[in-house]
Amino acid sequence: MSGYFDIPSDLQHSYLGLIGLHLREALIPVLAGLLLSLPVAQLCVRFRWLYPPVLGVTTVLYAIPSLAFFVVLIDYTGQSETTVMIPLAVYSLVVLVPAIVDGVRSVPQETLDAATAMGFGPVRRYLQVQLPIAVPAIIAGLRVATVSSISLVSVGMLIGNQGALGNLLNDANIYHRPELAVTSVVTTAALAILADAALALVRVVLTPWMPRKGATR
Amino acid sequence: MNILHFIQAFFGDSAHWHGYDGIPTRFGEHLHYCLEALALAAAIGLPVGLVTGHYGRGGNTLALIATAGRALPTFGLLVLLVLLVGFGMLPVMVPLIVLAVPPILVTTYEAVRSVDPSPVDAARGMGMPESRILFQVELPVALPLILGGLRSAAVQIVSTATIAAYIGLGGLGRYIIDGLYQRNYEKVVGGATLVAGAALATLAVFWAVGRFAVSPGVRRSA
Repeated sequence: MSGYFDIPSDLQHSYLGLIGLHLREALIPVLAGLLLSLPVAQLCVRFRWLYPPVLGVTTVLYAIPSLAFFVVLIDYTGQSETTVMIPLAVYSLVVLVPAIVDGVRSVPQETLDAATAMGFGPVRRYLQVQLPIAVPAIIAGLRVATVSSISLVSVGMLIGNQGALGNLLNDANIYHRPELAVTSVVTTAALAILADAALALVRVVLTPWMPRKGATR
Repeated sequence: MNILHFIQAFFGDSAHWHGYDGIPTRFGEHLHYCLEALALAAAIGLPVGLVTGHYGRGGNTLALIATAGRALPTFGLLVLLVLLVGFGMLPVMVPLIVLAVPPILVTTYEAVRSVDPSPVDAARGMGMPESRILFQVELPVALPLILGGLRSAAVQIVSTATIAAYIGLGGLGRYIIDGLYQRNYEKVVGGATLVAGAALATLAVFWAVGRFAVSPGVRRSA
């Protein structure tokens, strides 16, 4: 073994390659979840009666264990990255939809009225007034979703080495190299914390009108 | 063949209902792991959340701890602990507790902190000591949210306890892991159905506990 970061060749990736793969498998689902939950949340805001059933459905979907979700999907999407990403996207909804709904609902009525009086149409009012004011709540949700997504990817190892950094865990077992497991756990945790910090920074940049001192959550 | 056929075949086979690898045994093992992990996580998360929430301090520290807990990959932690301390219950319990403490801790803190201050002030004005304020005023009002935190922790534990099978322990994950290695898809889908069913049953249990434990006045205003 020449270097600590040398990865067994059966994974066909370098250390950095695994990190890239891990981030892709974790972040694309969150992004997809965000794109899906924005319209869903808007519908929930518009039609109040829709919110409890939507909340119920996402909670039930969240209750499906990731491993069970993966193996059921193998029948349709094979032992592939997609199989790992679909459940992660579904899980992110349970955090993102309530975060966006609460954020958009928290916009005061006077602010909305002022925007309307200034001649904003509903679309422009949504994009330029409601969404920006909801940014802190949305980012708070995104942070939780991203961190859990990053740590969940590893389970993908069980369905044929689709777990990016998690694949190191299997190699640690079969080659009796515990340091690979340490690398996997530490790197995954570090990625999650870095992503969390990056999103916190994004919030500061996106909401220059907010006080700088830490988020409330 | 679709999923429903697999499910039917799995549950229709009477061999899956008896013996050490039968559904009742595996279900019992699963329940045992989950209850133990939830009890330990609640024993850590609830007191800390209640006290910090009552005094409204330490929110940032709790958020940091919660992020760190969420950031640790459950599955990675399991494998790592097995390599470090060997097989046993400890490598399963620690990741499950790490998984379950953040939601319990954060929700309990937020729930107690966001209790309407006027009844708390009234209780203090009536001369209630702090401990009675916490347990007789704040706790009942915050109970629905606290139960929500416990519920999401419990659901995550139930679905994640499947990984115990990866290190040779029992539980419902046995079917999924064995089925994957034996290329026995029927078993995999059967196991997945059982775990999903157990998770949904957990939701139902918490709903029932909520109906039973939350005082009617609090439920009406919620």
